[in-house]
Amino acid sequence: MRRFDLALPQSLDDCLKILAEQGGRAKLLAGGTDLLPQMKNGVLHPALVVDLSGIARVRQVQNGHGLRIGAAVTARALEKNPALRGPYLAIAESAAMVGSLQVRNLATVGGNLCNAAPSADMAPPLVALEAQAVIAGPGGERRVPLADFFTGVRKTVLAPDELLVELIVPPPGAHSGGQYLRHTPRRELDIAVAGVASQLTMADGRCAKARIALASVAPTPVRATAAERSLEGQAVTPEAIERAAALAIEAANPIDDQRGSIEFRKHLVRVLTRRTLTTALQRANA
Amino acid sequence: MAKQVLSCTVNGEPVDVLVQPYVTLLDALREDMGLTGPKEGCGTGDCGACTVHLDGQVVASCLMLAMQARGREIRTIEGLAGTGALHPLQDAFVRHGVPQCGFCIPGVLMAAAALLKENPRPSQEQIRYGIAGNLCRCTGYTAMVAAIGEAAETIASQRSAR
Repeated sequence: MRRFDLALPQSLDDCLKILAEQGGRAKLLAGGTDLLPQMKNGVLHPALVVDLSGIARVRQVQNGHGLRIGAAVTARALEKNPALRGPYLAIAESAAMVGSLQVRNLATVGGNLCNAAPSADMAPPLVALEAQAVIAGPGGERRVPLADFFTGVRKTVLAPDELLVELIVPPPGAHSGGQYLRHTPRRELDIAVAGVASQLTMADGRCAKARIALASVAPTPVRATAAERSLEGQAVTPEAIERAAALAIEAANPIDDQRGSIEFRKHLVRVLTRRTLTTALQRANA
Repeated sequence: MAKQVLSCTVNGEPVDVLVQPYVTLLDALREDMGLTGPKEGCGTGDCGACTVHLDGQVVASCLMLAMQARGREIRTIEGLAGTGALHPLQDAFVRHGVPQCGFCIPGVLMAAAALLKENPRPSQEQIRYGIAGNLCRCTGYTAMVAAIGEAAETIASQRSAR
């Protein structure tokens, strides 16, 4: 690793001050499980690394009207947090898929999102639950729907003097359930060939809201809006799920690489959409 | 770049050690504290050879900066056993002849120790999941899983004997 200076701010304000002065040459460090490998292999070589572990606000999960999840909460903490059950279960499921235990005890939700890999496992369930990213910068805080947070492969809306503070997950309603599934050749420590999160909110036997988010099949996590629309207002029958699964393919714009061909990835989107919608429905009605 | 003071607890002892800001916890343990049990296999968090406990939880010490451990409790393979005796896991590994080249073993033992703390009677499946983050290039997993299962029994019987 190339040498760098290390700043250890103890508050959000201290951190923002550092970023205002030196944001352009700095990288933020939360869990480090994505940052350090990229620094070791020379992809990134910041002159300054800013460690977020001293900032209390980014390390908390609050459960009240919806959830507030600090950006530096670890994947393992989310996996085990009893607040991430019921309608929020898909977030915990996705957290449990990140790396190994050794990685999950370090890796953070904010790091997974800010690293902005197309395959980021924790993005689809949060997008499907309509999470908002709370971003702090020199002018105060702003909120961005997580679906609009990603702008490209490893690119987000964050400016160099800004940081992701927390995620706000609005309460999805009384009868809501979701699931995240991905396909990997190996069960542990692998990167998704394709991933799908579905969230269904039911009312009077019909689908009040459907949200479907895809991973690893486009430069950013994407919503399958045509598939969502096909379900809303309808009874969620096996036929309706099959139709939505076929429509979800329209949102996928995958690459061909050693992990999977375009055709295979589209096939996976259909299968995983069908499976996650089926489970989401069961969970919503449970 | 000035060195910074890392204050933490290592294997039960409070330590203050000067470290460069850009060194990993693994390098600080090995180079600055002389604890060479944790190994660098891949350096990218895929192999688990560098596994140590951070506040009782397994972490890849190659993916952490040393200074991120400030105020925290670190345990390495050197601190797994009490004085004078092997930890039941180490004892079972010896009797089952688990180590082949041995490079992965400190990491596997730390992963297994964390597993047994959280789940004293794991199933085979849970043992395999507990060490899923540790690669053994000698492929000695069968003996490893058997030894961990046996160590769990030993620890449970020691506990009921007390």
